[in-house]
Amino acid sequence: MAKYIVKRFLMMIATILIIATVTFVLMHSVPGSPFDGERTSNPTIQANLEKFYKLDEPMHVQYLYYLKSIVTFDFGPSIKKPNDSVNELLARGFPISFELGMVTILVALISGIILGTLAALRHNGIIDYFAMTFAVVGISVPNFVLATLLIQQLAVNLQWLPAATWSSPIHMILPTLALATGPTAIIARLTRSSMLEVLTQDYIKMARAKGLSPVRIVVRHALRNALMPVVTILGTMLAGILTGTFVIERIFAIPGMGKYFVESINNRDYPVIMGSTVFYSAFLVFMLFLVDIVYGFLDPRIKLHRKEGDA
Amino acid sequence: MTNPQNVVSPQNIKDEWFRPKPKDQVKAESVVRPSLSYWKDAWRRLRKNKLAMGGLIFLILLTLFAIFGPIFSPYSVTATDYPSQNQGPSAAHWFGTDEAGRDVFTRTWYGARISLFVGVMAALIDFFIGIIYGGISGYKGGRTDALMMRIVEVLYGLPHLLVVILLMVVMGASLTTIIVALTVTGWVGMARIVRGQVLQIKNYEFVTASKSFGAKTSRILRKNLLPNTMGPIIVQMTLTVPSAIFAEAFLSFLGLGIAAPFASWGVMANDALPVILSGHWWRLFFPALFISLTMFAFNVLGDGLQDALDPKLRR
Repeated sequence: MAKYIVKRFLMMIATILIIATVTFVLMHSVPGSPFDGERTSNPTIQANLEKFYKLDEPMHVQYLYYLKSIVTFDFGPSIKKPNDSVNELLARGFPISFELGMVTILVALISGIILGTLAALRHNGIIDYFAMTFAVVGISVPNFVLATLLIQQLAVNLQWLPAATWSSPIHMILPTLALATGPTAIIARLTRSSMLEVLTQDYIKMARAKGLSPVRIVVRHALRNALMPVVTILGTMLAGILTGTFVIERIFAIPGMGKYFVESINNRDYPVIMGSTVFYSAFLVFMLFLVDIVYGFLDPRIKLHRKEGDA
Repeated sequence: MTNPQNVVSPQNIKDEWFRPKPKDQVKAESVVRPSLSYWKDAWRRLRKNKLAMGGLIFLILLTLFAIFGPIFSPYSVTATDYPSQNQGPSAAHWFGTDEAGRDVFTRTWYGARISLFVGVMAALIDFFIGIIYGGISGYKGGRTDALMMRIVEVLYGLPHLLVVILLMVVMGASLTTIIVALTVTGWVGMARIVRGQVLQIKNYEFVTASKSFGAKTSRILRKNLLPNTMGPIIVQMTLTVPSAIFAEAFLSFLGLGIAAPFASWGVMANDALPVILSGHWWRLFFPALFISLTMFAFNVLGDGLQDALDPKLRR
């Protein structure tokens, strides 16, 4: 197990390094400098500005500075908002995005698992058809469409819920609903199909034969194995949810990371783009790493597989 | 039963019973029913799946409309017509008009072209890269496989949409950029599936038999491995298309995709965002409806194909 963790950890570092390098190369191959818009500045100021942001150094030196900034977690000042450092923007935006992402994944996990389990228990019954219809629709409707529909119906027409911002739990309902529907659908489908498979296995029959209550059989015996596929996709799903927050934050005017990220892209604000990309990627890769480790602990079979030479 | 003529006894055994039948009368070995190939069998099972067939028919219709819709429409996709701006659906403009007087009906079909093109191209490029990479990795095995899979695992960890967004920023928003950006990250999933399949199938007896007859590697790859990996690959492709369509809509919605006046569904939905609250529901409704229906159709078709192409699920 320890060997596996170390291996996965090294791979995580490699992934982050690749992202950092790719980001750096890409950002520096863009034609146009961030100061293009400021025609008023004279050459001396221009030179000073470039010196301040270390744009006058040769490329490899800039790269080393950049790697250092990642390791020390200090991404320097923003170019377009000189009063803010990238760290401050991250500190301001990320907690909100993180909160939105976490609430979403919790809602998606709970409702998806319940829906999928009920559907499997009532295979080909009304609940099953309802759940699967919901699942296919949920996967098909993009979250930004759903968000707009929710605002129009629940916030504007019916006036039940506030349409924008992120100031109280009531404000969180619509954005979470919009963002969680897709993941809920995916989790429900996965849970249902793996639950159907698990329920036919001998140890479930055995549990029934012992006379255990149906609730106990499902919760204690079946769910444990049925949830394995859900755990595996959790990492990639989290990545999808966190990038999904970009759009949702835009629609609901939530001051999270997405807002700063899209702004920085439109402004060619290099430090912010690079800082937030690397930070976000590192966060997601780390999550993927955690999920893999947890999976390794949950599923004892995985270790056997590793020994057989990565089968 | 009791009829004495039917009772076999030493007296009524005839010699002709023991003569071999003439060759041409023996039909026992011939195949009576038309042979059912893998594909025919899959198609037969797919046809029974009403939902998947509905998806397939919808996609065929959508493709036809995407190709011919803009040609037959009297309106241009990009030309503005301010006198008739912001009209709701009517006989003249079936899906209404936008704030520049452009016909939403025409733009919807034009958007279908772009969405389908992006989706299909992304799936095809993924397919070619994935088959070559995954095929080599799975077939060679050993150290080559280990190295190639390490690369894939590292790439698999990349947050796809972030990379796509970065590429869009650098390369500038265009259709080519979207497709390149989507395939740069997208081929990894296909490569994994192909590799897994090849790894499994290359040890089957029929491959060994083929090898022992002296078949060249290229022949084994083409004739033995590829056809048998096609099932999961096709399923993966039908599921790549909707995710590419979604990614395009997502990017356009963030303002990173194809720019106005050209229309993709994402662009149309994005343009509709500011006016949706003033009651111009048709601006969002039609592009949103078609994004959703298309993704729905591809998803149910993919599910149906998955069931149809898996011989293990055969009943």
